Amino acid sequence: MKTAPRLLAAGALVAALGLATAITARAADQTLLNVSYDPTRELYAQFNEAFARHWKDTTGNTVTIEQSHGGSGKQAQAVIDGLAADVVTLALEGDINAIAEKSGLIDENWRAELPNKSTPYTSTIVFLVRKGNPKAIAAWGDLIEDGVEVITPNPKTSGGARWNYLAAWAWASKANAGDEQKTVDFIKALYGNVPVLDTGARGSTVTFAQKELGDVLLAWENEAFLVLDEFGAGDFDIVYPSSSILAEPPVAIVDKNVEARGTAAVAKAYLDYLYSPEGQTLAAANHYRPSDPAGVTDPALIAAFPAIDLISIDDPLFGGWKTAQPKHFGDGGIFDQIYTPAQ
Amino acid sequence: MYEQDVAVYDSRRIVPANAHTSPTTERPLVRRTLILVAVAFMALTLVLPLVLVFVEAFRKGADTYFAAFADRHSQTAIALTLTVAAIAVPLNLVFGVAAAWCVAKYEFWGKSFLTTLIDLPFSVSPVVSGMVYVLLFGAQSVLGPWLRSMGIEIIFAVPGIVLATIFVTFPFIARELIPLMQAQGSTDEEAALSLGATGWQTFWRVTLPNIKWGLLYGVLLCNARAMGEFGAVSVVSGHIRGRTTTMPLDIEILYNEYNFAAAFAVASLLALLALVTLLIKTILEVRFGAELAGTRRH
Amino acid sequence: MVGYLTRSTPPLSDGPVPALPPVPGLIARLRPGPPGWSFVKPSILPGFRLTFGYTLVYLSLIVLIPIIGLFLKAASVPLEEIVRIATAPRTLKALEVSFGSSLIAALVNVVFGLIVAWVLVRYRFFGRRLLDAIVDLPFALPTAVAGIALSALYAPKGWVGSLFSERGPLWQWWQAQTWLPFGISEFAPNLKIAYTPSGIVIALIFIGLPFVVRTVQPVLEEFEAELEEAAATLGASRLQTIVRVILPRLTPAVLTGFALAFARAVGEYGSVIFIAGNLPHISEIAPVLIVIKLEEFDQAGAAVIAGIMLVIAFVMLLVINLIQAWSRRRFGDV
Repeated sequence: MKTAPRLLAAGALVAALGLATAITARAADQTLLNVSYDPTRELYAQFNEAFARHWKDTTGNTVTIEQSHGGSGKQAQAVIDGLAADVVTLALEGDINAIAEKSGLIDENWRAELPNKSTPYTSTIVFLVRKGNPKAIAAWGDLIEDGVEVITPNPKTSGGARWNYLAAWAWASKANAGDEQKTVDFIKALYGNVPVLDTGARGSTVTFAQKELGDVLLAWENEAFLVLDEFGAGDFDIVYPSSSILAEPPVAIVDKNVEARGTAAVAKAYLDYLYSPEGQTLAAANHYRPSDPAGVTDPALIAAFPAIDLISIDDPLFGGWKTAQPKHFGDGGIFDQIYTPAQ
Repeated sequence: MYEQDVAVYDSRRIVPANAHTSPTTERPLVRRTLILVAVAFMALTLVLPLVLVFVEAFRKGADTYFAAFADRHSQTAIALTLTVAAIAVPLNLVFGVAAAWCVAKYEFWGKSFLTTLIDLPFSVSPVVSGMVYVLLFGAQSVLGPWLRSMGIEIIFAVPGIVLATIFVTFPFIARELIPLMQAQGSTDEEAALSLGATGWQTFWRVTLPNIKWGLLYGVLLCNARAMGEFGAVSVVSGHIRGRTTTMPLDIEILYNEYNFAAAFAVASLLALLALVTLLIKTILEVRFGAELAGTRRH
Repeated sequence: MVGYLTRSTPPLSDGPVPALPPVPGLIARLRPGPPGWSFVKPSILPGFRLTFGYTLVYLSLIVLIPIIGLFLKAASVPLEEIVRIATAPRTLKALEVSFGSSLIAALVNVVFGLIVAWVLVRYRFFGRRLLDAIVDLPFALPTAVAGIALSALYAPKGWVGSLFSERGPLWQWWQAQTWLPFGISEFAPNLKIAYTPSGIVIALIFIGLPFVVRTVQPVLEEFEAELEEAAATLGASRLQTIVRVILPRLTPAVLTGFALAFARAVGEYGSVIFIAGNLPHISEIAPVLIVIKLEEFDQAGAAVIAGIMLVIAFVMLLVINLIQAWSRRRFGDV
């Protein structure tokens, strides 16, 4: 058998070539890695293009922006484990805090480095229902009715799902005049109506829109609008509850990584550009609420956001992420308790 | 009820479905029912999912289907998948031959323990397979800071994906070869050695021709699994679009971008690979059935 | 190479041979280790040191060292914390869901795998070769593709799921069977498959089927027809022959196939996450719990659960090897 050694040699050659291409591919122009959460795919696809053009115009340099998307917590853990992100744009303050605490890659005072507590855009949680709203869902209280199936991802793995949970909590706490036991009961009844807990916001949207499971999807405002664009506005309606949560997805530079890679200037410019009129307009066009509405060039985009009562995580009701995170979502926290069967 | 009054005892083990009843086979009704049950079960659990992949891929027409492969990210994903398989499969091939030689040709203490260890990756959850490398090479591990200072990237880069792929496909070729080489025994090799061949000559000219079809079969299965691995690669990839996404991860990303036609198009490529694998395997079995006798055991 | 002895003729016995310097072109004979006790039975074939050494090094680098790393990570957790994580209701439930679904799926696969293997070996019919080829599909098809396809099939609006869903054709047919006693036709259950534990079982059946078929098939092919003939001559009915003669002979192969399908199913992730509802305490499998722990920044907790699963996987494989050894002793092969 003369062919067998040749086959082996050819295999080794292919392997070596593969390695070589993998190595050369890395030695390209200056690149920036933005590690982000699930629903921002479309926003950053557009924003990256705009920024690359802006960077070329102002400095003459070429920058290629790479994206990594996934559940916010998973992405933060990946950065802690060594995913060489230059900037992180995650769903929760707590996830960036975790990177700062566990790896020291990000300066502890990162929230002060950029305007508006490092939050270039905010969002909120709305209801997405089937066309004509057959189950007549108008308020948070309707979600615990018998026969209503609610689709929301798992708060343990999805940033968006935590905002969903907190929005429901805020409404129930107010409706029950602050009675915590009744609020927990409401949350328990709500999750009793959830047939599937996907691990990420995107998984839930696919379950609701593509597989047609459930009556109402608790979704990011931008995600709900995206469903209308992608799956056809004829099949779904967006319902705004009377009150919801002020979701603040923050951004930060991964200081140690940009130092090591020499990308500090471009990373800073990248995040600053999010606050520029162009960045704010792109955010608004993708149905994120801009932190600086005055900068948005098209006033129609701002008018499209209905004014509803938005409660912040820093409200005394929650006491900020550092308090709310362990209380609600920590190991053995309220979310774990509502899923523990009665003994 | 069996028919005791049948005079002819048909001892053929292989009976056409319409043959008359003999005591060593079942009644035609039973036979047909069993065939129907087997076919229905396989159709429901195995064939339908495969059909669905192709139906969904072509749902929006052939143009959309082929447009999915024009996408730059999908092309880099295909290239990365091929690269990873091109590194992982030859390495496992060499290992598989070495392990099979040492396990099948010798009797030594602790052999069954060694084969159990070789089999271990097969029953380890893919998630755990990826996780062990993150724990070993991740930034929080003992090795992490040193690797970082040396500028070596393993996790969230191509080497990590290759390692995870090697891990999950580790036993495939060895598992195919060990029973085959055990069944064939060592007499051919002993004859060659007695005629004056060197060890390497014996291996290349006697052993390898004997096991070549089993080896090819193992390589095919190993390759299909290497290209299709999702769980383990997902843990170590970092999901950097266009850099560390393999085809199965690209499918997940496309699916999460609501681009179902493209997701199923890339999936259909992997399904096609699976079908080609099965086709080659069937051809091998039809033509070289005797030489593959030992390889039916997984 | 020290330790290699050469002779001009092949040895007839395994006894020790006087040492000679290596001579090129002559036959190398292996005598591993020092004289006296040796852990390997001497053999004429060369290359034990090379292949055994390479096997050990490669095995250690790829498998053993990373797994030891995992156990070290798990061991960094205080003992009471390990016990707490391992006995937390959610962990136990996830392990129960994983092992329970795997057990059901492996049992279903034993029944249908036996039928499929039987049909493939004993009968000749149109499309048999195709059916035979398709058995291996789960080996070749990526699990993520299988998961997406299965969830699309068995979702309430899918091709199969819609048959079983509320007011689907099967539901209506069952409702129409008013002749059934006790009015049980009115009790028409809403059979959901996807996003329930049944969905997990479906995915695990998919990945496990070839293991049972491919272990039973060769034994059935080599089955001595004389045994069946003897049974029939002695007046056994066909059913008696199958139950008392054929099935006992297949037992080791069936057990091996069952254990392989079970072991593979316990760790499965890619295909299950798409079709399971992932509800804690209901349809959350252990590998998903590991991923959740990882995403909660709890690597130690994840390592503990992963360690538990690893130990179980290793024990399962040992059991499989024991079954095979037992069967070799009893029947001469598997």
